[in-house]
Amino acid sequence: MSEHSLVIEHLNRTFASPAGPVHALSNIQLKVKQGEFVTLIGPSGCGKSTLLKIVGGLDTGYEGKAELNGRPITGPGIEKGVIFQEPRLFPWLTVEKNIAANLSLKNPAVRRRVDELIELVRLKGFEKAYPRELSGGMAQRVAIARALLRSPDVLLLDEPFGALDAFTRAHMQEVLLDIWQNNKTTMLFVTHDLDEAVFLGEKVVIMNPRPGHIREILPIDLPFPRSRTGASFQELRRLVLQAFEKGEEPALDLGAGI
Amino acid sequence: MFPASTRNKTLQGGLHSSPQIRKARQRSVRLTNRWIGLLLPLTLLVVWQAAGSAELLNPILLPAPFDIWEEFRAMLLSGELLSNLGISTWRVLFGFLMGGGLGLAAGLWVGFSHKAERLLNPSLQMLRTLPHLAIAPLFILWFGFGEESKLLLIAKGSFFPLYINTFLGIRSVDNKLFDVARVLEFSRMQMIMKLILPASLPNILLGTRLSLGVAWIGLVVAEMMGSTSGIGFMINDARSMSLTTVMFVGIVVFAIVGKLSDSLVLLVERRLLRWRDSFQGEGGQ
Repeated sequence: MSEHSLVIEHLNRTFASPAGPVHALSNIQLKVKQGEFVTLIGPSGCGKSTLLKIVGGLDTGYEGKAELNGRPITGPGIEKGVIFQEPRLFPWLTVEKNIAANLSLKNPAVRRRVDELIELVRLKGFEKAYPRELSGGMAQRVAIARALLRSPDVLLLDEPFGALDAFTRAHMQEVLLDIWQNNKTTMLFVTHDLDEAVFLGEKVVIMNPRPGHIREILPIDLPFPRSRTGASFQELRRLVLQAFEKGEEPALDLGAGI
Repeated sequence: MFPASTRNKTLQGGLHSSPQIRKARQRSVRLTNRWIGLLLPLTLLVVWQAAGSAELLNPILLPAPFDIWEEFRAMLLSGELLSNLGISTWRVLFGFLMGGGLGLAAGLWVGFSHKAERLLNPSLQMLRTLPHLAIAPLFILWFGFGEESKLLLIAKGSFFPLYINTFLGIRSVDNKLFDVARVLEFSRMQMIMKLILPASLPNILLGTRLSLGVAWIGLVVAEMMGSTSGIGFMINDARSMSLTTVMFVGIVVFAIVGKLSDSLVLLVERRLLRWRDSFQGEGGQ
């Protein structure tokens, strides 16, 4: 087995539309190592969410190769944890039951893991709260715990902090890095926020639209914990931005940064 | 700049009175909200009684509340009221369980399966609009004046609200949650028990409430068309003898049990839907 957990080669995705076929993804090549943190960044319409859906098994209408641990991706499953833009919790379940979902809390092993995860995502004291009582950041942490309980090989995050305010977002990024360093779960993180991409990723995948393709893959060789204000951070941020300017679509959402 | 605490004090002290008075006012607002529903019927009752006492009303057409109350006591003590109410309640319960149960089952089936929807829904929608009074003579012709025709009429009425609302509830489950359930590898059974049913529970409970209401209406029609017992019979019998007070007792009893059964479902609803986060009306909690 290779050291790569996720291998994507010559991947294309075309959608049928009344005006003819639309190329959402064109010739995508991407390899992600076991335990690697990869961020995907690009303007809206560049296909980054479509790519994530394909890896998550929620979109199987692709052509080409998409393999996780050597097996082609044919459908969704717990080995590919997905965190959506919204938390998507079950509103009728409490926090701990949302995390357990279809597993029983009466099983002592599940109970213990759920308690550990509640501690990990810093939600102690909210086990019995309903989703309506949670803030956006807390709800998203429940969603993360729900995915982690299944010990996924890869965690796919689709702009998970996009709806949060700047402070909560910064805090959530720290929480996520904490989790990653503890669990060494492979992370594939989609964002349209430049700072977020550079702050989190060991590798930033820069995508451009029409048709959605990978423009460049930039390694971020900064040790964790990173400082957003450091000179090297700013330098790398500038490099990513430059990669976009080389592309024909400079329409990046810079204002979303912190 | 003032420190925050003094700033608050000056602000509130200027606009509002002391906390004790504010609390007292809040309590009185809560009390008003609770009893405000009684204001209208009580006023009506007082005016009605006053008009009756002043002999402005023909007691055969509209007896005064006090006379109705006296009749109610007499009928309660003789046991006549309770035996009739018992029979009516039994009919409503069985008719509702039969019709509502089938409605729930059909709603679930049609909700889950597109094929079942195409097969059943058009015919059921056609039957839905048929009024009780049009069907009742046929039921009586087929099943006679016995219990079967009454139960069937009640069942027919209570079938539809539960059917339609269950069906609607299932179809309005958020597709995004289905994606989550697929990612978490819910089995087919878990999909139903842990996603679809809880998500459509608000609609199912609404259907239950409506079905129960319709069951009481069906009961009256059934008992008035031909019966020798029950509250509906009591009213009809009293009419033929111009015992207006008895008719009123019957009507009031219907109103009370109808409201009681509705409140019962509401109570269950409140317990089961604690998780819901929706607008409760201005001044609500």
